[in-house]
Amino acid sequence: MPFIPHTDAEVEAMLAVIGAPNIDALFDEIPVELGSGKLVSVPDALNEMEITRLMHERAEQDSRQLNFIGAGAYEHHIPAAVWQIATRGEFYSAYTPYQAEASQGTLQLIYEYQTMMASLTGMDVSNASLYDGGSALAEAVLMAVRAHKNATRILMPRTVSPLYRAVVRNIVKNQHIELMELDYDPVSGTTPVPEIAVGDFAALVIPQPNFFGALEDVDALTDWAHAHGALAIGLVNPTALGLLKPPGVWGERGADMAAGDGQPLGAPLSNGGPYYGFLTCKQALVRQMPGRIVGRTLDLDGKPGFALTLQAREQHIRRSKATSNICTNQGLVVTASTIYMSLLGPTGLRRVASAAHANILQLAEQLCAIRGVTRAFRSPCFHEMVIQLNRPASAVLGELAAAGILGGYDLCADYPELGNAMLVCATETKTAADLGRYAEQLNLCMQEGSDADI
Amino acid sequence: MLIFEHSVPERMAYAQMPAEALEADDLPVHLLRRDKPLLPEASEMDVVRHYTRLSQKNFSIDTHFYPLGSCTMKYNPRACNSLAMLPGFLNRHPFAPVQTGQGYLASMYELQEILCDVTGMAGVSLAPMAGAQGEFAGVAMIRAYHDARGDHARREIIIPTAAHGTNPATAVMCGYSVREIPTDATGNVDLAALQAAVGPQTAGLMLTNPSTLGVFEQQIQRIQKIVHDAGGLLYYDGANLNAILGRVKPGDMGFDVIHINLHKTFSTPHGGGGPGAGPVGVSTRLLPYLPIPLVAYCDGNYRLLTEADRPHSIGRLSANNGNAGVLLRAYIYARMLGAEGMHRVAEFATLNANYLLAKLRQAGFDIAFPTRRASHEFIVTLKHLKDETGVTAMDFAKRLLDYGYHAPTTYFPMLVPECLLIEPTETESMATLDGFVAAMTAILAEARSNPELVKGAPYTQPVRRLDDVKAARELDLVWRHK
Amino acid sequence: MNIPAELKYTASHEWVKVNTDGTLTVGITDHAQDLLGDMVFVENPAVGRELKAGEECAVVESVKAASDIYAPVAGIVLTANADVEGSPEVLNQDAYSAWMFTLKPVNPADVNGLMDADAYRALVEAEAH
Repeated sequence: MPFIPHTDAEVEAMLAVIGAPNIDALFDEIPVELGSGKLVSVPDALNEMEITRLMHERAEQDSRQLNFIGAGAYEHHIPAAVWQIATRGEFYSAYTPYQAEASQGTLQLIYEYQTMMASLTGMDVSNASLYDGGSALAEAVLMAVRAHKNATRILMPRTVSPLYRAVVRNIVKNQHIELMELDYDPVSGTTPVPEIAVGDFAALVIPQPNFFGALEDVDALTDWAHAHGALAIGLVNPTALGLLKPPGVWGERGADMAAGDGQPLGAPLSNGGPYYGFLTCKQALVRQMPGRIVGRTLDLDGKPGFALTLQAREQHIRRSKATSNICTNQGLVVTASTIYMSLLGPTGLRRVASAAHANILQLAEQLCAIRGVTRAFRSPCFHEMVIQLNRPASAVLGELAAAGILGGYDLCADYPELGNAMLVCATETKTAADLGRYAEQLNLCMQEGSDADI
Repeated sequence: MLIFEHSVPERMAYAQMPAEALEADDLPVHLLRRDKPLLPEASEMDVVRHYTRLSQKNFSIDTHFYPLGSCTMKYNPRACNSLAMLPGFLNRHPFAPVQTGQGYLASMYELQEILCDVTGMAGVSLAPMAGAQGEFAGVAMIRAYHDARGDHARREIIIPTAAHGTNPATAVMCGYSVREIPTDATGNVDLAALQAAVGPQTAGLMLTNPSTLGVFEQQIQRIQKIVHDAGGLLYYDGANLNAILGRVKPGDMGFDVIHINLHKTFSTPHGGGGPGAGPVGVSTRLLPYLPIPLVAYCDGNYRLLTEADRPHSIGRLSANNGNAGVLLRAYIYARMLGAEGMHRVAEFATLNANYLLAKLRQAGFDIAFPTRRASHEFIVTLKHLKDETGVTAMDFAKRLLDYGYHAPTTYFPMLVPECLLIEPTETESMATLDGFVAAMTAILAEARSNPELVKGAPYTQPVRRLDDVKAARELDLVWRHK
Repeated sequence: MNIPAELKYTASHEWVKVNTDGTLTVGITDHAQDLLGDMVFVENPAVGRELKAGEECAVVESVKAASDIYAPVAGIVLTANADVEGSPEVLNQDAYSAWMFTLKPVNPADVNGLMDADAYRALVEAEAH
């Protein structure tokens, strides 16, 4: 049988030691009325050669196109070393590092990750990661409500990804938390500092860049939240932090927490996962943090080493009073990401961010030169922008896809007020030729299509 | 040495650098970063060598036997990784049109079908990103079900004291209060306590079967009747599904909802603590509430169902499609096992556990539930050894590391003092199990002849026993320049 | 077992000292610190907080466990001991001098409902069996 090493002789010998006549006898405590468990729709086994053939065929169906979709998942170059090392058996097949002495590799790596992520976001501490950006934002919201103690309302700008807003809504739904949406300025595409009284609230979420790719006035928003006795949660793209001011220094006092998706730092697009969520905060909030945290300490001989710490916050000790039910981090993706950040360093990350930014500026210029295409918002952007078309975005995207170009993310369902709008991304992976090809094809669609639409 | 200590200002891995772009001078200066983040400045070889060396400081399934109870540390077939990492899968954007993802979606659709069969459930969603999120989805569906019926009085989830800590933590996240019920001396749920606990306030019962005590809950039919008669639903924590895979289905036991830990039963890698995947399966009455996305097949095409198709869904729990790459690995594993191979999983996991139990009993170890069959795992208690020699389960576990074996789960479940929860899984050979018994026997002798030796273990690891108290009192969570 | 005769006790292992001015000083018993092990964190209630009898009001954490501290009687928090928050290990060193907070009881007679040393000793011994 696949992956079962036993020979018949060994099975006999083992049953003899147990004193059972056969393997079936080992299940004699299961009531017979519960049925045989017979599988009816699981196909017959494939050996490795056969499954390899099948999966290659399937992967080839999923053809590679020229991608300008972002919307929370970004195509970046990933150095070859990243996943070659991350998938070494010693990382790949290790368990959660509860036996610290036998897990120093994973533990030290997480400590290094925590250091990098805290510094990148300008915060004091980081946990070992959460599932993804959306669920990390949900945990940040829960954390803010725990920390604030007196308010349960969260202000959530509509410039936060609609997918993230949905995840937060679904996760905090039964915990008596009110999510109050803040509208954006239709000219700038950013969140204005609210001028009306909104009452008590625990935290304001501040996306940077926001879902439209635009840069929010983070200093003013942070200070406004603090002036109202609330916390400020920065929701950030970690690549952008190579270039942009980190949440920890926003405004007078800095945001209190930062969250986001770590995917841009070394995780492939991979149909949407696995990615990881990061969550960092100021020192004062560390005990409200969900998830694993690694600390440095000393061993019996006074030698430095690493161990999971602050475990009394977690479900396996505190059970119903835990900060969250989460047990895992996205360890392997964090492993890859830590190697990615080490290979790029501060200079590399800054260059990736700058190159992506330069590309979106170029693309914007070329696309907006096309008749029927305009920029939706006036604010500066990072590496994504919203364009409006004088034709239905879904039709244009379909035509682009037929030409091998994934032109962007259709905003019609989430932001109907924007009309025929789509979100377009260009990262450092795009060459001048790629940008030119997109502009040329879009031009074609707009001219031919406008005839067709008539 | 930390990676930061390899760092030299201005050093870089040149091959990884995009060409210097123009300065982003169109951006407002007050939004730009002024300091340099603390990322390493190192050459590519520095980085490769550093992280390769770190990997060598880990125990892993690929290098060591890992009899970690309740964690199902079985072999992670290499093909599952290499095939899930084919470029066609890795490079696809989650929002790319479905026509460009038919290979991936076909695999996900088939995985849903396989998991329905394995669990005996009516429908499965692959959305949850870990066991704990699967639990969350499951309990949220129980709540959605009662709420949809206007049955708002049901505000309590019943959980046996032996359960994983995630169960009560999850119930609270779903706005429920928790009532714990005890376990009897043979490891079964105390039926009288259950009967007394249920009522119009009962939303459901969360149960692991076989339980965390390593035994099959023999009264499961009576339990399900008590809970259902009271109007509650039954939640199956799939932590121990490996024990019954292909032998009995949770749906046939009367469960309404189940989560499956694919990183256990379907052998996706633990990765040093994730990513996992925790699909949920449900009976017919909970079908409308399954989290999205779900994969559907219609008119010759696979597509993802969203809120528009599933208005009663508890919604999405991740921004994208859950841990898609992990799900692919599980699918590949399931196809390699096939129906026949899957039937064998529980059989050989149970054979290995009962063999190990018998051998350890012969070697003089106390078994916590000596009158019961082991499921795929069992508990040894070192209470007497501790009273006699002062050697604790923790000491024993640390000494095992010196013998080249990962420690079993210690101090869980908390009901059994000084416990070692041992799960060998089906992928280990008799010779490996015999080697483990020899190490356990040798340590038992050491504990009696030289307890201080065992209390000081380990001696052969990169570090000796670490000071947890110092770690928690003097928090050092990030490195700083001296 | 160290159970000073002059103190009052709760079933949740807090000790209570009645001060001459009628205020109460609250801490955790030597038995409780022994069960929990090496303390790493203490969170006291905010000064001025009004507590109901039996209300969760503070937390002590060791490496392996976390425990809530309950108000022994209804009252208002007068002071909180910053020393135990700064150095939780003092709870392990001497649980009866490492007080946690003081309380002005709503009804001074409420302390009469708490256990005396003998009753608490009996409780601890019963729990051990």
